Amino acid sequence: MNRLRMQDMKILVASLVLFGILMALLGGGVLGAFWEFNLILLGINIIMSVSLNLINGYTGQFSLGHAGFMAIGAYMSAVLTTNFQVPFLGALIAGGLAAMLLGLLIGLPTLRLRGDYLAIATLGLGEIIRITIMNIQYVGGAAGFMGIPHKTTFTWVFFVMLFVLFFVKNFINSSHGRACIAVRENEIAAEAMGINTTKYKVMAFAIGAGFAGVAGGLFAHCFYIINPTSFTFMASFNYLIMVVLGGLGSITGSIAGAVVLTGVSAALADLPEFRMIIFSLVLILLMFYRPQGLFGYMEAADMKWIKRLKGGRK
Amino acid sequence: MEFTEQFVQQLINGISLGSIYALIALGYTMVYGIIKLINFAHGDIYMVGAYIGFFAISVAHLSIVPALIVSMVVTGILGMLVEKLAYKPLRNAPRISILITAIGVSFFLEYVSMYFVTPQPRTFPNVMESTAYQLGAFVINGQQLLIFVITCILMVLLTYIVQYTKVGKAMRAVSFDTETAQLMGIDANRIISVTFGIGSALAAAGGVLVGVYYNSIDPLMGIMPGLKAFVAAVLGGIGSIPGAMAGGVILGVIEALVSGFISSTFRDAAAFGILILVLLFKPSGLFGKNTREKV
Repeated sequence: MNRLRMQDMKILVASLVLFGILMALLGGGVLGAFWEFNLILLGINIIMSVSLNLINGYTGQFSLGHAGFMAIGAYMSAVLTTNFQVPFLGALIAGGLAAMLLGLLIGLPTLRLRGDYLAIATLGLGEIIRITIMNIQYVGGAAGFMGIPHKTTFTWVFFVMLFVLFFVKNFINSSHGRACIAVRENEIAAEAMGINTTKYKVMAFAIGAGFAGVAGGLFAHCFYIINPTSFTFMASFNYLIMVVLGGLGSITGSIAGAVVLTGVSAALADLPEFRMIIFSLVLILLMFYRPQGLFGYMEAADMKWIKRLKGGRK
Repeated sequence: MEFTEQFVQQLINGISLGSIYALIALGYTMVYGIIKLINFAHGDIYMVGAYIGFFAISVAHLSIVPALIVSMVVTGILGMLVEKLAYKPLRNAPRISILITAIGVSFFLEYVSMYFVTPQPRTFPNVMESTAYQLGAFVINGQQLLIFVITCILMVLLTYIVQYTKVGKAMRAVSFDTETAQLMGIDANRIISVTFGIGSALAAAGGVLVGVYYNSIDPLMGIMPGLKAFVAAVLGGIGSIPGAMAGGVILGVIEALVSGFISSTFRDAAAFGILILVLLFKPSGLFGKNTREKV
């Protein structure tokens, strides 16, 4: 077993232990329904932020339409389970594939744009998706789609999240991932090195969109009802804040960003204005003093104090 | 005949809405022309302008024109302040950092205003008799006329400032090439500040006029018009002042036609659809210059 595999195994074991502890706490009634709900939400947010990080952080393509793909996955899977009695896993996969396909279709033309133009175009596309859903009477239009079976449990969210995390991590460490990072660092240089930049940009975009769709499926089966207003660009901004806070280009960072934002949101649920004022100030100050985010490009496993910890144990 | 009548009526509505988009789009285009920043907070500056106008009319009992001027001055100062505090420290930072800061400033303005003026929409005081003028078969009301007149005056004023004054000349120079302009003795920071001030003042005028037109303002009213004004600026060719004026009016007309003939729910989708089509087929916009990408 090489070093990376060992590290993977350690992380996997640690996650399973964490899962066991959380399940025991939930089952034992130490953590109530409020905590369970927030843990589910946290898992969904982690999937969203990690998948957005693949696009924004690793490939350097600034997308602001992530909530649109989440909406596609949410509606697709909700329709499948509610109207066609498809099993939950099948519906999640179908939702993810639908979002991925749309990501592919949207990505091909729009990823020719750069920087802020891409940002505003993806924002527009996310809104177009939402407005289109709002005008489809079959899925309830503006009133929302009702009667979705409640299938999302903490176990589901946790294992889907684990899958997404390992998928993204392995993707980044593969030759495809290296190509994506090369596109981020310098698109022209990457192209000169023979990397098909369009291919990798669209690939990262479609994978990110697909996982957003899966997260949407989990989200839909957690609330009984989904409404187009849950997927406005404000939601996309929310995921963007998580990614930026944690660090564009760090999976650990995205997880940390999601934890911080979900935690603060839960704590300040009664004061929505304050919550947003705090978020906005954090975002501005972050750009002043630490524009690379909390973790920058680092992963927890690469950090000095963790390494020292390991060294001490030997 | 029915169709033509409705068409012309929608055209009138579209032009008055479009004039407001144009006023906001000017701020976007001027700021983008100078520091290459999509100022996401611009829509919220417009909202603040509307609120200042609202308080000037309802609390200070000013009539519409003085209220407009007060709102433009105060909001212009606010725009300069935002630039000084939030964007100036990041002048040499990567563009994405400034873009994220702009999103942060946008949220900050929205929710601080929400904290102070409550999220409930407010009814804008009636500042003028809503008389409707018959023009043959068509109706044009007083508010729309006010919007046309004020927009025209402001645009003439802006064109004068940009084309015939020293500040305007400096603005054009900085937008053309900041470094060379600085070598010629132009204080680029001051000019950027002035640009933010003028752009914000125009947005404030748009905000007050929207209040007069729709009678309702709320702290999140700036989001959609802000984005659409950006679409208008891109449509006209970002960085181009006549482009922003034309783009705003065209966008307003298209929106009015879509909501008149198809469905009002597709109004927003139409604006974003235009944006994507423009970006894909003519990214330099209607009036923009073609720029070649440099390595």
